[in-house]
Amino acid sequence: MPSWIKLVRRADVTRTTVIAVTAASFIFAFLLASIIFFWQGINPVAAYHDIFISAFGSLRGLYFTTLKAIPLLLCAVGLILVFKANVWNIGAEGQLLLGAVAAGWVALYALPNAPSFVVIPVMFILGAVAGAAWAAIPGFLKGKFNVNEIIVTLMMNYIAYKIVEYLIYGPWRGAGSWGYPITDEFPETAQLPLIPGTSIHYPTLVLAILSSLAMYFLLSRTKFGFEVKAVGYNVEAARYAGISFFKVCFVTMLISGALAGIAGVGEVAGLHHRLIYPWSISSGYGFSAIIVAWLARLHPIAAIFMSFLLGGLFVGGYAIQVSMGLSYSVIHLFNGLILICLIASEILLNYQIVLPRGELKWQRLKS
Amino acid sequence: MLKLKLIEKEKSPKIEIGKARLLVEMRNIVKKFYRVVANDGISLSIYPGQIHALLGENGAGKSTLMNILYGVYRPDEGEIYVSGRKVSIKSPKDAMRLGIGMVHQHPRLVEALSVAENISLSLTDVGVFASPRVIKPRIMELARKYGMKVNPDAKIWQLSYSERQRVELLRVLMQNAKVLILDEPTTMLTSSEKKELFSMLRKMASEGKAVIFITHKLEEALSVSDIITVLRKGRVAAQVAPEEVTVEELARLMLGYEMISTVKREPHRYDGVVLKVENLHVLGDAGVPMVKGVSFEVRQGEIFTICGVAGNGQRELVEAITGLRKVARGKVFFLGRDVTNTSPRLLADMGVAHIPEDRIHVGIVPDMSVAENLALKKYRSPEFSTRFTVMYDKIYEWARSLIKQYSIIAPSEKIPAKHLSGGNIQRLILAREFSGEPRLMVAVNPTYGLDVAATNFILSKLLEAKKRGVAVLMISEDLEQALKVSDKIAVMYEGQLKGIFPVEEADIREIELMMVGVK
Ligand SMILES: Nc1ncnc2c1ncn2[C@@H]1O[C@H](COP(=O)(O)OP(=O)(O)OP(=O)(O)O)[C@@H](O)[C@H]1O
Ligand SMILES: [Mg+2]
Repeated sequence: MPSWIKLVRRADVTRTTVIAVTAASFIFAFLLASIIFFWQGINPVAAYHDIFISAFGSLRGLYFTTLKAIPLLLCAVGLILVFKANVWNIGAEGQLLLGAVAAGWVALYALPNAPSFVVIPVMFILGAVAGAAWAAIPGFLKGKFNVNEIIVTLMMNYIAYKIVEYLIYGPWRGAGSWGYPITDEFPETAQLPLIPGTSIHYPTLVLAILSSLAMYFLLSRTKFGFEVKAVGYNVEAARYAGISFFKVCFVTMLISGALAGIAGVGEVAGLHHRLIYPWSISSGYGFSAIIVAWLARLHPIAAIFMSFLLGGLFVGGYAIQVSMGLSYSVIHLFNGLILICLIASEILLNYQIVLPRGELKWQRLKS
Repeated sequence: MLKLKLIEKEKSPKIEIGKARLLVEMRNIVKKFYRVVANDGISLSIYPGQIHALLGENGAGKSTLMNILYGVYRPDEGEIYVSGRKVSIKSPKDAMRLGIGMVHQHPRLVEALSVAENISLSLTDVGVFASPRVIKPRIMELARKYGMKVNPDAKIWQLSYSERQRVELLRVLMQNAKVLILDEPTTMLTSSEKKELFSMLRKMASEGKAVIFITHKLEEALSVSDIITVLRKGRVAAQVAPEEVTVEELARLMLGYEMISTVKREPHRYDGVVLKVENLHVLGDAGVPMVKGVSFEVRQGEIFTICGVAGNGQRELVEAITGLRKVARGKVFFLGRDVTNTSPRLLADMGVAHIPEDRIHVGIVPDMSVAENLALKKYRSPEFSTRFTVMYDKIYEWARSLIKQYSIIAPSEKIPAKHLSGGNIQRLILAREFSGEPRLMVAVNPTYGLDVAATNFILSKLLEAKKRGVAVLMISEDLEQALKVSDKIAVMYEGQLKGIFPVEEADIREIELMMVGVK
């Protein structure tokens, strides 16, 4: 950093600062991506226009955006909780897949002939349990023995991938799948209802929105939310106050895993209607949800908007893939840039930049 | 009536201050936080070779003013001149380059690194690269020169509070600061350590350095400084030479009213045993035994004080009693029940209150609100919660009343606790711990960082609690204070109790010798 730029510690961080800094880092990521567009010989303004229009400019676009936003929001809400407790769950992806597996088992093997009003709730419940169980392992190891949860959750994603692959190549491969590694289609009773005229599986959408409202309530009103905040901000003081780190770590992991599991149920029972390749079931929602959580600055209500924003980016990515002949990985690049800019912007939240002449103030503290 | 003289000429024979050039001048400094005016037009002149005491009660704005000089905060108004040149100090780095160094009220060191590594880090800040290995001899030399006990290879997390403060002091000395700011440096020192520190400060002043010494202890200001600036509510209340005022006059200047000391120990009337510790052995962070076979009893209505130099096992003893650290061997009984290795939560709910040594890292959650911190142990009680939810409205209301009752200066109960001044954080913790209606109060240096009025307030609270039959176990490095309020005094040295005396039989000389292991 050039020596003439100075960073001065902020006395306090207000909500406006947070919003301004977040927006700025988002925009900065777009500016950076423009360089790549240029380099590829594409006009970035046209590209962004296409992305925006295809994601939010038509009803059809909005449907697709919503479809993407559903799993993102469910996973992000859970991640917000664990991140608040300063526990790092990088395994929402695997927890989502386990939820999908549970749904597949219920739909194809456990209750193939049961009526919808039985199968669907059972799928959601068992999906949540499976996701929670998958997260329980790293949660327990972290809470009891302080085993690094980042590594455990990350590694368990790959195990989850392998489990799904094993099932679709092996015991669960469908009779009517012409040899493709996919399961049979779920019976109609196990397919989630859609908003007419769209492919939006609304039960999951409702669950996602409700989960974000419930999380807001949990964090701001409940005893457990109080404990989560205390542990997350100062684990020593929490211990001193008699708050159990194990309980907070374990339970937040369970909840986070359960929500990811529900997202997995939604994807297979609402969209694909069968178990397919793991990376097609999820396309990385568990990881992108980390970005949603941080874009929302760990605020569950803000996560609703951020999941739509990021969902739109996915949809736009597909669109420019077709219209401009770009690779879809451009979107992953975007995601990466946004996350990097967000992380880098942390410093702007806590410090303000001072230029040699005068100060560039993002906010005034004086009232 | 008291004459207020602006003295610059008398005192300090070593250097003729009148002729010496002004080193630092702060003019009309104003700093506001929300609605709180921490500094309200303060001017201050600092001369080389002088020890300048900055005296004021909790929240008077002392730390804020010095944080401005050190570049931590920027003033809203006002100017700073160093050696006659107008400067704008935007960061501690700037301050260090201008030769201004500060030892903070709460040590700011990297816990996972060693003493030498921490010092070398701060040296790179001023543009000198120095590897920990290279500077080790210099650290040792400086430490020896000023008679400090340090192990440059020790990790910060292994050190006690006062040891950390010593490291901070060394850090600033290594930076060759011309202006040395010490924010309440004596609070954790024994009286002999204090004497050493003062002679060291004198030595530095005679070398031509300027020392700014923040304190609210009147005696200290009077005994060590060349000039005293008294701050009150963000303004300069007076500037006096120590030989021109008495303690009483100084107290009135600082407080703005006459102070009557209400602290008086009353004849004891103890009843049943509340805390009984039997042959206790506890390991420290490094895995070595820190408490080696300690036994004692604290009875209802008794103040039992353990004196000792920090780092002799007091921290481990307290943590073992309050459930924060595993007991290796021995037993702890609370009201007759064996509570060895019981969880802190159960102990707290049974009526064990604890004022911890490390206020910022253990005592509060700095990012949670004042109200939430007050309710840190009570949020789960039926008074403030239903089965699942916390009744925040009730907590806020209750917090407001505690804030009033304990005169905590806070613009609102909803601001993060980290914005309170050092003394007010301490009051917050006290308010919380006393509000739990404890049967046993474990207080580690409970008046640390508090001004006279607040100290009296806290001590009278302790005495009041004692009268209600609370058992008080106090850990103290302030022997005089311990003698004033305690019923029994024990001395801890190298993990063992070197004798327990009823206070009437305690002899200050003898105890001081025991504290350093001579007896
Ligand atoms: N960052 C901050 N945000 C809001 N208020 C602050 C902040 N820092 C200090 N204050 C307020 O400014 C006032 C002066 O605080 P300061 O820390 O300077 O007091 P002090 O004289 O050092 O007291 P003490 O002896 O208790 O350390 C206090 O009322 C405090 O609550
Ligand atoms: Mg202070």
